[in-house]
Amino acid sequence: MSNLLDLIVAGLATGAIYALVAVGFTLLWQTSQTINFAQGEFVMLPAFLMLAVLHLGAPFWLAVLVGILLSALLLGLAFKMLLVDPMLRHGVLPLAIATMALAIGIKEAVKQFFSAEASPFPSIVPVGDVTILGRAISLQSLGVLAVAILAVVGLTALLNRTSLGHQMQAAAQNPTVARIIGVPVERMILLTFLINAVLVALASLLITPIYLAKFSSGEVLGQAAFIAAIVGGFNQVRGAIAGGLLIGVVDNLAAAYVSTQYRAAVPMVLLILMILFRPQGLLGRAEERTV
Amino acid sequence: MRSTILAGLCTAVLLSGAAYAQSGAPIKIANVAELSGGGATVGTNWKNGIDLAVEEINAKGGILGRKIEVSHADSQSNPGVARAQVQKALDAEPYVLLGPGYSGSVKVTAPLAAEAGIAQIMGGEAAELTQGGNKFLFRTSFGQQSSMPKVAKYVNDELKAKSVAVVWVNNDFGRGGRDVITKEFNRLGIKVAADLSTEAGQADFAADVSKIKAAAPDAVFIYVNEEESARILKELKRQGVTAPLIGETTLVGQKVIELAGDAANGARGHVGLTTDAPVEAIKAFRDRFVKKYNYVPDHNGLKGYLAIYMVKATTEKMGKVDSKAFADTLHGLTIKTAAEPNILMDVTFDQNGDIDRQGFLVEVVEGKQVVKQVLPKLN
Repeated sequence: MSNLLDLIVAGLATGAIYALVAVGFTLLWQTSQTINFAQGEFVMLPAFLMLAVLHLGAPFWLAVLVGILLSALLLGLAFKMLLVDPMLRHGVLPLAIATMALAIGIKEAVKQFFSAEASPFPSIVPVGDVTILGRAISLQSLGVLAVAILAVVGLTALLNRTSLGHQMQAAAQNPTVARIIGVPVERMILLTFLINAVLVALASLLITPIYLAKFSSGEVLGQAAFIAAIVGGFNQVRGAIAGGLLIGVVDNLAAAYVSTQYRAAVPMVLLILMILFRPQGLLGRAEERTV
Repeated sequence: MRSTILAGLCTAVLLSGAAYAQSGAPIKIANVAELSGGGATVGTNWKNGIDLAVEEINAKGGILGRKIEVSHADSQSNPGVARAQVQKALDAEPYVLLGPGYSGSVKVTAPLAAEAGIAQIMGGEAAELTQGGNKFLFRTSFGQQSSMPKVAKYVNDELKAKSVAVVWVNNDFGRGGRDVITKEFNRLGIKVAADLSTEAGQADFAADVSKIKAAAPDAVFIYVNEEESARILKELKRQGVTAPLIGETTLVGQKVIELAGDAANGARGHVGLTTDAPVEAIKAFRDRFVKKYNYVPDHNGLKGYLAIYMVKATTEKMGKVDSKAFADTLHGLTIKTAAEPNILMDVTFDQNGDIDRQGFLVEVVEGKQVVKQVLPKLN
């Protein structure tokens, strides 16, 4: 039983990171029908940007700040203007394929310009345990959970409690009507891209101390977050959060109680079951489309 | 008269050309290693060790007056790619083939080199590699059949452990090590409390460490590749596992220490080669390597370096550059530091291509390998 609790806490911590990445997925989909298959590489890259700044002799906090800013610039602004805008007018599928190409490009560029080897990455949370209800819980797990929850709560508050958030939702739900009532739709879409860039940079900051900075680490993350977004509900931020946490826990339990070899298959099975029996996802809403 | 002089000149030019082809042309050696993918640490160290040795030898005039020229190909840590790269390398008819470092890649490429009659000096450590009668395959480090009994003996005699959790990577290297060590533990009456298979490239070890905690063993034996070693060491520290951690070179190597940071402290292991060995020649090698590459190599850097000096010593023993006679000469050869100082430690190659050399038991203390015991050469 205690083992099960450990597994759930560790799974929730990883799941919270998946949730951050999955939320970005859903935001991009809702506002611009962008399915970003490079989302995993988007999580991998900021860690290397931060490491590059660290190698220049900057303190860690400054490296984090510059890393997040550079991410916003590259993975938010440049991604939208140089890839999404030109490709989207040709349809969702060409854009999705373009993001796959981007994923390969980012991975190879990191391998070329940084290293093919893994690098250590400092943790924002100190190593150690705290005792809660008589159980030793890892500070790192709690720290990761806390930062991820804060980020998600902040984002939800922004979307639901502020005028800016309402405008973003309006732009996502019906851009034509939003334009008529004076919502700057293009600016709102750009804002979601920037938010996604900051979310992936945060995820990078949290996951890299555990997974190490490596050019290939985005593969696992991108897949997990994609499954999390679909399982939770691709059209709902809260669905992506639930999906992320669920996949984190399921993945850990599968590794412990099924087998390490088959652990990657278990979330996939969950994905298939969800598509078969609840295609809108756990918390998503059914969408009707005109054919 | 004029025609005689002309004929003489032509003959002289032709003869000097032939002589150049025989003695002045560079010796071509092919290296196929894990320069990217999961084994990038292994392959990069191996390659850098090779390049350092080649630079040193060429600066002193080469081998028997001929410079060495090494081509490097990337196996991407993938046995399929390794096979294709080795085939391509063999098509260019190299003097000797170096690499790969991963046992799985060695397993699929060794038949190609044997068929071509080219000696293959590799970094793999799986026990089975040299037990199949391949007469062209040579190790640069101990095979598992040599190292695992020493680890099991240490767990029994020094740690006095009665139960052990065995964590291994599910590939040829990991499976081979797990089979040998489990047999040794059984022989010594040590119970395997948990037998955990992990995947190459695995990023998340939370579940595996939870299982180790649940099994509550007296010691944990870890046999995974370097990056995964670092990740599991961090997770073991994160989950507060305090049982002694024991392994092989892949648990206590320089790269693991760099990646795992504090979490590597206390890890112990048997290493055939370490730059922290109390051997002057190795210390001097380490200094030269750090000067050239600006980092401390792990054992793979030493392996790559030694591979080139194995080629040099064997060729000088033959007195000629003969790829067909190379393997025969290296079998049974003892290379002494007195004759070739850069072989670093006296080494003997048996008829299977396995090596006999002194080894070390080390512990990571404050981010450094500290040699606790020197295990002498057997013969």
